[in-house]
Amino acid sequence: MKSFNYKTSATIQARDILKFSLNKQTALVLILLLTVWLGIDEVYAQVQGDPNQTILETLIKWTPLMFFGPPNEFGGFVLNITVSFIAMAMGTFMGLWVGIGQVSPNNIIRRSSWLITQLFRNSPWLVLLFYFMLLLPYTVEIAGTRYDISGWTKATFALSLPIMANLAEIVRGAINSIPTGQWESAQSLGFSRRQILWQIILPQCIKRMIPPWMNWYCILTMATPLISILGVNDGMTLTQHALAAEARSEFLIPMYLWLMTWFFIYSYPIALYTQRFERRFTITN
Amino acid sequence: MDWFLWLHSEHGIKLTIFYDHWDRGRFIKGIWTTIHLSFVTIVLSIVIGIIGAWFQKSNFVWIRLIVQGYIQFFRNTPPLIQLYFFYFAIDTFLSSIFNIHGGILGSYGWAVVSLSFFAGAFNVEIFRAGVEAVPESTIESAVSLGYSRRQIYQYVTLPLAFRVCLPALNNNLINLIKTTTVAYAIAVPETLYIANQIWSDEYNVFEMMNVVWVIYIIIVGFLVWLMDRWERSTRIPGFGQ
Repeated sequence: MKSFNYKTSATIQARDILKFSLNKQTALVLILLLTVWLGIDEVYAQVQGDPNQTILETLIKWTPLMFFGPPNEFGGFVLNITVSFIAMAMGTFMGLWVGIGQVSPNNIIRRSSWLITQLFRNSPWLVLLFYFMLLLPYTVEIAGTRYDISGWTKATFALSLPIMANLAEIVRGAINSIPTGQWESAQSLGFSRRQILWQIILPQCIKRMIPPWMNWYCILTMATPLISILGVNDGMTLTQHALAAEARSEFLIPMYLWLMTWFFIYSYPIALYTQRFERRFTITN
Repeated sequence: MDWFLWLHSEHGIKLTIFYDHWDRGRFIKGIWTTIHLSFVTIVLSIVIGIIGAWFQKSNFVWIRLIVQGYIQFFRNTPPLIQLYFFYFAIDTFLSSIFNIHGGILGSYGWAVVSLSFFAGAFNVEIFRAGVEAVPESTIESAVSLGYSRRQIYQYVTLPLAFRVCLPALNNNLINLIKTTTVAYAIAVPETLYIANQIWSDEYNVFEMMNVVWVIYIIIVGFLVWLMDRWERSTRIPGFGQ
């Protein structure tokens, strides 16, 4: 039995690797396309515009600003990633509790968790962003001292709410997917409800929750440029500033593609790993 | 109507859309724009999904790679930047090539194009999974009955695949409706954009924000209900679940 399992898992891994190399090919094609684009644009710029400044030079000139933000300020692509990290951490924490609340035996807790989940799951991210950016105060006073709340802090909070709701659904689904026999046998061994949940059910859920959790992290990262609409100095805003400063239409395509490439390079490996985890977990279960 | 006027004078809650003729008119237009923007992009994205899933089964490696590249590009880049890319970059590029002044499509047109491609990329994957779930023996029996490759796809594979992928499709289409708010960024006059105009004119941010939130929840809720009914009505006993 054991050797049989080992063999199947080996073939599965081989298939994984094959699939991975296919995806590598895809990445190669994409990079190739990008290079071709840059090449075409280069020629286009040389023919049409100022030959002194090629597109590549312009890209290199603006990259530090777009990536790290203005000097001595927090911004740029780094801010996008930071926001995604913090919003994910907050969303995961809140989502865990709301998700557990949805299977609570207490009627009020269960209903209200369900309501919170549905409310934040079904509303657009941008509407939530507007809601909390415009309605949260700019400063708070705690124990006599005033603290300024920066735009990106509020944006991070707003982005963590849909993540909370969607992760709550995942937690609920994972808890419900564990056979009820587990609950019953643990009960017969004298575990309390809290012990069963935290020591027996949730540890088994983690494996099932990792792929969708990673998927939602990708979706969150892809949503972070939305904060540029509300005037946060993220990578998108700074790219537009750079484009406005150059004021030349032939830079539009390469600049936007350049920014998209960063997001792609960041998110694509996560998506690949999500797929691999998914495949591995569904087969062994 | 009088009640809303009373609400304003007594409690300071300014729901102008219920008693101001002008505000109500443009707000309803905004909701209508959201609805038909959602409808057009849903239809187009499904078409893209079907065509893409068909191309993914192509015998040519290059076509498969291009479809795969398209999917990965649109899945792993932010929809907002895609929208800007289409509206600002591609539009300028194309109109300079063809010497058209004022752009090829308006902001609404580019929103449709960009959002359809965005949701279409997810739909291709969803349909592919559905097509793969159709049993091989069903296809073989269709072949033995003399169906051509296109006919098999049209009459056998797709109807069955649709039923398998409806839950995933639901999720994606709901997500698409939520993403239509991004069109705000290129000044498509949809609900959020109009609401922003109204609260700038009337200084009623809090009230309008809540109204917008409720409206989106109603629209999304309606689609959830509709798709749920569709899913149940097309169910074949013994197939899928």
